[in-house]
Amino acid sequence: MIKFETDVLIVGAGGAGMYAAIEAAKSGASVILADRSLIGRGGATVMAMMTVAAAIGAQTPDHWERHLADTLTAGHGLCNESLSAILCEDAPARILEMDAWKVGWAREDGHIEQAHAPGHDRPRCVYVDFLNTGPAVSKTLRRHVQNASTIRRIGDLCIVDIAVEDGVACGATAIHMETGEPVILAAKAVVIATGGLTRLYRRNSASLNMAGDGYALALRAGAPLIDMEFVQFFPIGHLAPRLVGLDPIMWDPFRYKLGGILLNGQMREFEQRYAAEDGRHEGGRNDGTYVLTRDLATYAIMKEVEAGRGSPAGGAYLSFKHVPEAELRRAFGPVIDTLAKNGIDLTQRPIEVAPIAHYHMGGVKVDTQFESAVPNLFACGEAVGGANGANRLSGNAITEALVFGARAGRSAAATAAKASHRWRPSASAATLDLLRRRTPSVTANPAALIGELQGVMMDKVGPFRTQTQLDEALADIDRIERAIGTDPMASGAPFDAVLVDWLDLRNMVLVARSVTLAARARLESRGSHQREDFPGLDPRWQFNQTVELRDGRLALAADARLERSSHAAQPLADIPA
Amino acid sequence: MIATLLIQRGTPTASPKVERFDVPFADGQTLLDGLRYIRAHIDPTLAFRFSCINANACKECMMLIDGEVDYACTTRLRDGEITLAPLPKKTLIGDLVTEIAPPDERINYATKR
Repeated sequence: MIKFETDVLIVGAGGAGMYAAIEAAKSGASVILADRSLIGRGGATVMAMMTVAAAIGAQTPDHWERHLADTLTAGHGLCNESLSAILCEDAPARILEMDAWKVGWAREDGHIEQAHAPGHDRPRCVYVDFLNTGPAVSKTLRRHVQNASTIRRIGDLCIVDIAVEDGVACGATAIHMETGEPVILAAKAVVIATGGLTRLYRRNSASLNMAGDGYALALRAGAPLIDMEFVQFFPIGHLAPRLVGLDPIMWDPFRYKLGGILLNGQMREFEQRYAAEDGRHEGGRNDGTYVLTRDLATYAIMKEVEAGRGSPAGGAYLSFKHVPEAELRRAFGPVIDTLAKNGIDLTQRPIEVAPIAHYHMGGVKVDTQFESAVPNLFACGEAVGGANGANRLSGNAITEALVFGARAGRSAAATAAKASHRWRPSASAATLDLLRRRTPSVTANPAALIGELQGVMMDKVGPFRTQTQLDEALADIDRIERAIGTDPMASGAPFDAVLVDWLDLRNMVLVARSVTLAARARLESRGSHQREDFPGLDPRWQFNQTVELRDGRLALAADARLERSSHAAQPLADIPA
Repeated sequence: MIATLLIQRGTPTASPKVERFDVPFADGQTLLDGLRYIRAHIDPTLAFRFSCINANACKECMMLIDGEVDYACTTRLRDGEITLAPLPKKTLIGDLVTEIAPPDERINYATKR
């Protein structure tokens, strides 16, 4: 069996993982950067199209505390303010470092250009033209990772479980995708940088490897997760006509630059009506061109559809017909050609948009060193919960990947410098046993079951939730879990499609249940969590929920940290065991 | 509408065979949609690479499509036959999957360091 030893193991090579690797290596640690896909090409960062929020004050004077204030407002009272502060305070340094590394932030009049995204009090979001933020960030980080001689990069390596010895993380157990062979990784510190969980939903902007792997790894290692009920739906994800070659969240940058008018099926504007009616949303922002924050825009579109005023494909129209062609071309260059290849001419017809699962606010509960409750197990990027509370501000995701990645990489290296290797065969025994039990008897199709689970989550644990639907979802999740059984199905072929889908489903079932349980327990509506049977924000619920695995069962609890600072916290009488 | 995908399958040690799959599709759907349909509805063992699904950002789904190197995620399904094979100049792993990672990002390279 192949066995590696390293100071720091980083699981996931997106923006957060690559930044963590660079910083850990700078601190003197040896690093393995592992990804189930190719290095620096999977995950969410590479798909990002535009905004990265940082108070660099290039466009207009700014201060990171202003950014923090906006982040906390968007988070509806649930942000872990220490993490939010790190996010906003470190952001300018990371953005300027990326600038020095020649990422190519868009410039105008000799300064870095900053766009005004909804929820921000001023223009704050840097980007790379045209819709090239993610690829440019990924490419820049890939170059720096490649240049660090102490980082070993290993793609096609799927981490199955974190290895834990005496309650301390000591590496991981993986399979090599090409051969299906188990691989042992002994590490003094482990960093989970696997991104979010939006692939749990039928309509998502996720890549293949964003089915919540890292949350499942953390749970099984013994680390609690936080805020799992808060899944952000991006309101204007592309719906129709079918568009390929572009990320479905691409219309946001169009709106930043060109306005864009959201219309219902009757071709009437409706955003202002919801902004005016909004009693849920203190100090709802109206910046003139882009009215509603993400949670509220999702609400508005879905309510229009529900009232029979949706577009033909079941969403809303987004129109740019008021924008002259020359202006479109100036703002988006070659993207206009890609649209034409998809039969889309914005000067002639509006496109259709609808909410799409986009980001997860919840995640691994960490301290300000980005260490989880399991010693020597760290997390960064979207895999971390807490910084964004109940709703993430536009532009904070890539910032979080860079800032938290750098911080977690440094912390993990510092821990590794003081630690010795603890890995012993017993730390990987259960996982190796699981992998040995793989069976060629494919009694159910894991790929089909993944599709079924995505439907359940979309229809019953989506942006609007009720007790009845959440109960049904839990029953559906139970059924899917029974169908996959406890022994991995496998074709035995190289790059085993059945085995990978089975292992994904093992994670997805656990994470889907975490989201559903937390959503069922929270008897109020707040940010991205909207309960139709409990409308309105309830101040007694101004505390976070955690979920952890105890004796094989998920257990919910009120998080101690915020409960102390909240005057009105109540015991969680209604939380199921 | 039905697309017929003729897919070259097999491992480096066995001689390749072509399998035929009929895939129903709606206007605008892609070859990658078709491959994922096969995996979920016809044959869960079909191996192919993809990551970003739709955005053409990851560049993993490159294969030989009707004899030309192209991306499955940006090629549209159409009525009639489409032949699919793994990339010809890369080492075959299985079915449509080839070794496309840079040499220094492979496990065999890492074991030597």
